[in-house]
Amino acid sequence: MLPAQFDYVAASSVEEAIAAKAEGGDETRFLAGGQSLLPMMKLRFATPSKLVDINRIAGLDAIEHHNGHLRVGALVRHADIAASDAVSGAVASAAPWISDPLVRNLGTLCGSVAHCDPEGDWNSVLLATGADVIAQGPSGSRSIAIGDFVQDFFTNSLNDDEMVTAVHIPVPSGRSGGSYQKLERKVGDYATVGVAAHLELAADGTISAAGVAMTSVAPINRKATEAEALLVGNAPTAELFAEAGAAAAAAADPRDDVRGSARWKRQVVAAFTGRALAAAAEQAQA
Amino acid sequence: MEITVNINGTDHTADVEPRLLLVDHIRTGAGLTGTHIGCDTTSCGVCTVLVDGTPVKSCTMLAVQADGRSVTTVEGLKTADGLHPVQQAFSDEHGLQCGFCTPAMMLVGAALIDENPAPSDDEVRWAISGNLCRCTGYMNIVKAIQSAAAAAASSNGDS
Amino acid sequence: MTDTTTTPPEIGGIGHSVKRVEDARLIEGQGNFLDDIVLPGMLHMALVRSPVAHARINGIDTEAATAVDGVLAVVTGELMDQHGLAWMPTLSGDTQAVLATDKVRYQGQEVAAVIATDPYAAADGAELVDVDYEMLDAITTPQQSLADGAALIRDEKEGQTDNLAYTWETGDEAATDAAFAAADRVVSLTTHYPRSHPSPLETCGIVADVNSVTGQATIYMTSQAPHAHRTLFALVAGLPEQNIRIVSPDIGGGFGNKVPIYPGYVVATAASLLIGQPVKWVETRTGNLISTGFGRDYYMTGELALTNEGRIQAMRVDMLSDQGAFYSDAQPTRYRAGLFHVCTGSYDFPHAHIKCRGAFTNKAPGGVAYRCSFRITEASYLIERLMQTAADELGIDPAELRLRNFIQPEQFPYETATGFVYDSGDYPTALRKALDAAGYDELRAEQAAARAEGRLVGIGIAHFTEAVGAGPAHTYDIAGLKMIDSAELRVHPTGKAILKLGVKTQGQGHETTFAQIVAEETGIPATDIKVIHGDTDDTPYGLGTYASRSTPVGGAATAMVARKIADKARHIAAHLLEAAPEDIERDADKFHVAGSPDQAVSIQDAAFAAYTNLPEGMEYGLEDVTYYNPPNLTFPYGSYVVVVDVDPETGVWKVRRMVALDDCGVRINPMIVEGQIHGGLTEGFAMSSMQWITFDDDGNCIGSNFMDYLVPTAWETPRFELLETVTPSPHHPIGAKGIGESATVGSPAAFVNAVVDALAHLGVRNIDMPVLPDRVWEAIDSAGG
Ligand SMILES: Cc1cc2nc3c(=O)[nH]c(=O)nc-3n(C[C@H](O)[C@H](O)[C@H](O)COP(=O)(O)OP(=O)(O)OC[C@H]3O[C@@H](n4cnc5c(N)ncnc54)[C@H](O)[C@@H]3O)c2cc1C
Ligand code: FES
Ligand code: FES
Repeated sequence: MLPAQFDYVAASSVEEAIAAKAEGGDETRFLAGGQSLLPMMKLRFATPSKLVDINRIAGLDAIEHHNGHLRVGALVRHADIAASDAVSGAVASAAPWISDPLVRNLGTLCGSVAHCDPEGDWNSVLLATGADVIAQGPSGSRSIAIGDFVQDFFTNSLNDDEMVTAVHIPVPSGRSGGSYQKLERKVGDYATVGVAAHLELAADGTISAAGVAMTSVAPINRKATEAEALLVGNAPTAELFAEAGAAAAAAADPRDDVRGSARWKRQVVAAFTGRALAAAAEQAQA
Repeated sequence: MEITVNINGTDHTADVEPRLLLVDHIRTGAGLTGTHIGCDTTSCGVCTVLVDGTPVKSCTMLAVQADGRSVTTVEGLKTADGLHPVQQAFSDEHGLQCGFCTPAMMLVGAALIDENPAPSDDEVRWAISGNLCRCTGYMNIVKAIQSAAAAAASSNGDS
Repeated sequence: MTDTTTTPPEIGGIGHSVKRVEDARLIEGQGNFLDDIVLPGMLHMALVRSPVAHARINGIDTEAATAVDGVLAVVTGELMDQHGLAWMPTLSGDTQAVLATDKVRYQGQEVAAVIATDPYAAADGAELVDVDYEMLDAITTPQQSLADGAALIRDEKEGQTDNLAYTWETGDEAATDAAFAAADRVVSLTTHYPRSHPSPLETCGIVADVNSVTGQATIYMTSQAPHAHRTLFALVAGLPEQNIRIVSPDIGGGFGNKVPIYPGYVVATAASLLIGQPVKWVETRTGNLISTGFGRDYYMTGELALTNEGRIQAMRVDMLSDQGAFYSDAQPTRYRAGLFHVCTGSYDFPHAHIKCRGAFTNKAPGGVAYRCSFRITEASYLIERLMQTAADELGIDPAELRLRNFIQPEQFPYETATGFVYDSGDYPTALRKALDAAGYDELRAEQAAARAEGRLVGIGIAHFTEAVGAGPAHTYDIAGLKMIDSAELRVHPTGKAILKLGVKTQGQGHETTFAQIVAEETGIPATDIKVIHGDTDDTPYGLGTYASRSTPVGGAATAMVARKIADKARHIAAHLLEAAPEDIERDADKFHVAGSPDQAVSIQDAAFAAYTNLPEGMEYGLEDVTYYNPPNLTFPYGSYVVVVDVDPETGVWKVRRMVALDDCGVRINPMIVEGQIHGGLTEGFAMSSMQWITFDDDGNCIGSNFMDYLVPTAWETPRFELLETVTPSPHHPIGAKGIGESATVGSPAAFVNAVVDALAHLGVRNIDMPVLPDRVWEAIDSAGG
């Protein structure tokens, strides 16, 4: 399985990359880690006429704390996140479970976010933590809330001449915690079910903010808003988390497939939501 | 496009199509056939090489992306001093049967022990979990990488 | 570990864990696998495969493909038909399309081939071949296929009026039925052994180099059976056999996948003949998984008739196999469901009856013996799952139930209800040893405590007996070729030797172990023996390596030829020592006169004398060949114990321990034997937990690449604890039985029994493989757990 022909440009700056992309339009794609794009091109599911390689652009590979958020640059690889001391909560918890160690050495968080694969893990983590996507175009940068960024499966809200330069993940000043629970059939498999949870605690120990989002159980990564609403304002207890799990399961819309029955997947969503919340609470209380 | 890739210490310059996969450049362009191909979906890892020291799947990287970078393949493991400790250990511990996955497993093992001089059973299994082996059941691969780590540590200690 | 060595380490005969000879090239990346072969002027072939499962072909437009830069030719079924090669015989006496002319009968079927100067151009061409398909309904299960009014899949086949591929039965039906009628208890189990694929990490491939001037065809191919393939090429393509040379280079795993002849091989060879240049074809992984030989796919209902005390009286089996579109099982001619009749297992009872039907469906053909000796995996699975069912139904501990029914050591040789004569065994000792190692009694106590707390722990047992090493010529042939095998040994004047084999390694280490057999029998150090295999111009005839037959058949041939050489050397030694040959004895490495160990001649001295100083009337040289026709199969066995923890909330199960005791008779190289067991256990774990090929209602293959066809990584694979007993085969020259497949055969039932055991108290009796977490959770949920 070999890709069809295409033109190739290695950009040396974001501006150059955006210009090259704008010129080629729809048929042109950015090449980041290539761990989603190249497999699709080899199978000829994707046949772009031009690739704009962003790997040689300097300054996009940093993970840094900045104004109350964690900034993850466009060339930060999954492996960088898994190895970083700067990350915590659901982000730290998810990183080791993205694909396999070799794919993690090339694939990027921003590429994954841009790709909008409903089986991708990162968008659930970003939905749960309330992250923003930073998109740069010819006339400057804008910040897009992750919920607005993810439009549909394999569809984001970038303009043809925009590139994701970073993702901003809020870092709460108070007590917080997060976790990502993933059921995969083997290493390298996409999630059968994934649940990201993020909790913030008020001074009295009640939940002041909550994020729950799910992978692979809806046409796109889905936020479990009812579950979140149930949590806020209440004390973190096993009963509450079980209720939130049931709410998340109700919000899921899984399908019967070779990975398992829809009925069972809902059950796993409920169980994993409970487990993710318990782990998040434990972290926040520590 | 003209590219120059340093493979195992030697520069290889070639005029390639952008779509040429790095694995094909290594196998056909440089004639180094120790790097194998086993799947279409970036799943098996038998194509693993080190790019600037980091293990990656060379079937899922374009040759043009490797322009100006250095690539280590199985043929580059041995040095003037002899076999790399992982090579010796794979033979000593019966870490290979058909040998198809072996170059990749050894490269991942070599990169691992560079970072972690005494990996646990779990750490080795985690590190090689992007690489399939259909013959060995992994038991002796894990043993080989651990014993290579021990051998490397003791020879570093000597020097 | 049992010490069976008689030679010192310098000689490295049987029982030594000699390091492998083949490693030196493989660890330096110097292996020579099929895709590494490059010939001058070599072209590349890509196949065009059907995207649909069942359709009539109304036309194929090759114009755009032919216009692609670098494309030399597009081959279609029509062109193959002009040369009489559109169809080819299968190993089970059916015919199979090489390139489809009339209909496509499964997704992935070969429709056309593009020949180009490089693989990228060939892929571009293949994209542009435009096939006009007229869709037909797909038949995706054998039950649908045999139902009244089902459309005829094989409408081209003369005399075929339904979708039945074969029927087969064996055993004594009347006696079996009578035993069932009289039984205290009858237990039954209906289960599906799902379709699986050997998927070695190297896919199949060929470099065909046919010289149109000399007529010489040199064919490099990923072949587990090069000699048989040469004969079949001669018969199919009508090429004179002496002009065909099949070379099977280093093979990146076989497991049965590389036994059949696939359409791609035939097309590449025809293309090379027509174009006059070498043609390479290397399968994609998708091509490998969707079109080449799968294994299993048996729907089985088994029943046991028992006394109240749990003594088995009889076994009855009714099966339906899904053959796909062509009946192409690789198996002995006489047996339509392979050696399934070994399903009476390790137990002593008088009656059995087995009925089996095979059906055509719109799926890939295959039916290879995936790491097993022809359906033995299915047979072993059925009896060992039935034993668990019977234990649960009768309320007898599953270990105890097996002990009550085992064939006893003194009963060997033992003739089973279906006519196998088991060579040797001590089953109770093996099972007890495995149970002790696992701490069986403590585990049962822990299980009871866990259940009281709502935790689920399961302990699974399997005690399997295999029938391997096909086989005696009176019974076993494939496509008429008797399943004998051969070895040729040449000892050179300096005492160094070359051993040439009819069998072919795919990672089992023949270059090492077969040299050890010669070392044992002659005293020539194993390191002085070069083993040659895989090249039909350079090796004696043999049926190849599969069905664990290398050691039982090829290994026996090697021992026998080495004995002939040792005997001649003894005569030469007598001459050199001026003694009578009867008075000469052999130590590990020398000949001496009985009673006078100082008067000795080494094997090397004898070898030199064979070319320089012979007794009157003896022929010069020290070489010979043996064709070995085994008197019986061999019957390796084992006892496996698996412990699992099941998460009741999600159905996810994890293997806590896996204890595997194998008895494969004498172990030639213990290190290699253990490696084979590790690999086999992993494939057994894979099949029981995740690895299968399934299809949707339209016949689309789910499991067509390694994202969907799941091969476990080091992370999921359990750690294995190995044990052994050694019960030599009495009829094998060195007492060895074969080990390559035991663990794949025996372990799936152990894993499944463990999960079922964890849920047995809830009334759960069966979960089909793969034991996916949703199936486990559904079982718990519907049992009200
Ligand atoms: C075997 C395997 C297993 C995997 N398993 C998982 C898994 O379990 N979970 C998971 O989440 N993912 C998984 N992945 C996908 C992997 O995480 C990819 O790395 C990721 O989806 C894409 O990141 P990338 O940098 O490789 O993007 P690329 O493949 O380079 O690009 C993906 C898409 O995003 C676009 N893009 C990339 N970067 C930008 C940017 N900065 N701005 C705008 N558009 C951009 C590209 O044009 C392309 O359309 C797996 C991949 C493989 C091969
Ligand atoms: S060839 Fe399988 S991952 Fe590269
Ligand atoms: S040794 Fe054969 S695949 Fe690993």
